Amino acid sequence: MNKRKERLIKYLFTALAFSSLVFLIGIVLVLFKEALPIFGKVSLKAFLLGESWYPTSEPPEFGILPLILASLWVTLGALVICVPIGVGSALYLHELAGPRQRAILKPVIEILASVPSIVYGFFGMVILSPFLQDTFELPIGLCALTTSIILGVMATPTVASIAEDALSYVPRSFREASFAVGADRWQTLTKVIIPAAGSGISTAIILGMSRAIGETMTVLMVAGGAAVIPHSVFDPVRPMTAAIAAEMGEAPVGSDHYNALFAIALILFLITFVFNIAAEFISRRFRLKLGLSR
Amino acid sequence: MHNVDYEKQPGMENFHPSLVKGPVGINMNYMGEADVFGPEAKISARKVNFYYGAKRALNNINISFSPRRVTAIIGPSGCGKSTFIRLINRMHELVPGTRFEGEILIDGLDILSPACDAAELRKRVGMVFQKPNPFPKTVFENVAYGLEVNGVTDKHLIEEKVVDSLKKAALWGEIKDRLKDSALGLSGGQQQRLCIARCLAVSPEVILFDEPCASLDPISTAKIEELILTLKKEYTIVIVTHNMQQAARVSDNTAFFLMGDLIETGRTDRIFKAPRDKRTEDYITGRFG
Ligand SMILES: Nc1ncnc2c1ncn2[C@@H]1O[C@H](COP(=O)(O)OP(=O)(O)OP(=O)(O)O)[C@@H](O)[C@H]1O
Ligand SMILES: [Mg+2]
Repeated sequence: MNKRKERLIKYLFTALAFSSLVFLIGIVLVLFKEALPIFGKVSLKAFLLGESWYPTSEPPEFGILPLILASLWVTLGALVICVPIGVGSALYLHELAGPRQRAILKPVIEILASVPSIVYGFFGMVILSPFLQDTFELPIGLCALTTSIILGVMATPTVASIAEDALSYVPRSFREASFAVGADRWQTLTKVIIPAAGSGISTAIILGMSRAIGETMTVLMVAGGAAVIPHSVFDPVRPMTAAIAAEMGEAPVGSDHYNALFAIALILFLITFVFNIAAEFISRRFRLKLGLSR
Repeated sequence: MHNVDYEKQPGMENFHPSLVKGPVGINMNYMGEADVFGPEAKISARKVNFYYGAKRALNNINISFSPRRVTAIIGPSGCGKSTFIRLINRMHELVPGTRFEGEILIDGLDILSPACDAAELRKRVGMVFQKPNPFPKTVFENVAYGLEVNGVTDKHLIEEKVVDSLKKAALWGEIKDRLKDSALGLSGGQQQRLCIARCLAVSPEVILFDEPCASLDPISTAKIEELILTLKKEYTIVIVTHNMQQAARVSDNTAFFLMGDLIETGRTDRIFKAPRDKRTEDYITGRFG
């Protein structure tokens, strides 16, 4: 009786643990199934490199290059914001902050991470966008720059907390060894601690990118929505996530447009998948390098 | 620290001058007891107290270390051995909330005074830790690190120093073809000798060892001990150890700490043969918790 119960529990937890795998496979299968029909109509090359996205025109055009470039463009912009702020905060927290500053800053960063994206979007629409519009005398405030700034702020906590973890994994003994041969604090930081934590910090940056490129609600609200190839940071753009979110409701189920949107989702999935694999790979090497898991 | 007739000093009955190489003098320590150290103390601690926050870890420590001698510091866990030797190169400054009183003189200058630059001091007083702690860099970079942070830019000089230090650390033969490999790929014993080489590269005068063999196998331990015996020709060495045999094998003088107090110091053979304090005797004979 007892033994049967034990076995049952074991199976239950195994099943629960593997359910994530089932979800993942399910998602990938659905993405492929719904996306593939579009490639009967448009070649993969025309789809990826086509410069016009007019899915509802007659005849429709399914080129998603503007959407891909928009996503990359705003993500790159977000990095310009979140890398210095995130890595800087991590270094400050780890190196300079006293217990009191840490006790304030760490929760603040965590709260920043838990603000719902619609709140960020709202902030971008109502405050940041009019401000940028006035400052740079733009025809429209909802543009790549606004999006990048908001996404950068959103990704900052991810970068900061993972980078801080990476720094704290660097064994104390490295610091002692460095000081013991006469290095000062700055030398210890730049020559020992940052190089030792380097790949962990790269992981933080990649996961931050992954966060930015997958963000939907904010982007839908502040990016401006124009599906044209961006030429400057002030252009309104239509990143992939925004296109899917905005158009899915109008695309008749099973139509070419519907399939094309799934294909965009598939590509987005592949991009974030690659990011995450890279992050995992780098962080595994990082732990190996520090002798943490051998 | 004058040269006096050592045999007339109290406690010197067991002392045979023939056992000591080089000039010998008497160094009165602050317990009023004479012990044989070198000609002139390299390091003297005077009335040193140390606190972690409110917790007192060292009580009125008075001790001298002779140049080109090995002094072993022994005592049960938590008695303040590490705390004491970390004061000698001011590593205690890395721990927030600590405080000291008293002075430690090296060549007559108080190294604990704010006027003394900690980085400069640490170049003169190197340290080897309990667990080998090479950086995740190449073997070469590890040894060159100290030179680099001290502003040496001459490539030839660095190379020369690295080779020289590896040779002194008895590692060169094993490692000369692996200079560009990661230091983390070495065995524990090799890593520890690499750490010794890293410390030698900045030309210290004093080397502090905090249980350098604690994580090593007997063969690596023997190599490190042998190395310590060669290094003492040039350097003043202080070694913390839990291993009585090791203290007896490598050291000239021994100091016994107990609960933050320095109980007894003296020549190693004397301490082991005829400890004066009951507590020292209990500890070295293993009758002690
Ligand atoms: N960072 C610290 N903060 C507070 N107390 C400390 C700290 N480091 C050491 N102590 C305390 O100071 C005392 C002496 O510690 P120390 O590490 O010097 O002992 P030790 O003789 O080196 O012991 P072991 O043989 O275990 O290494 C101990 O009671 C210890 O708990
Ligand atoms: Mg210790």
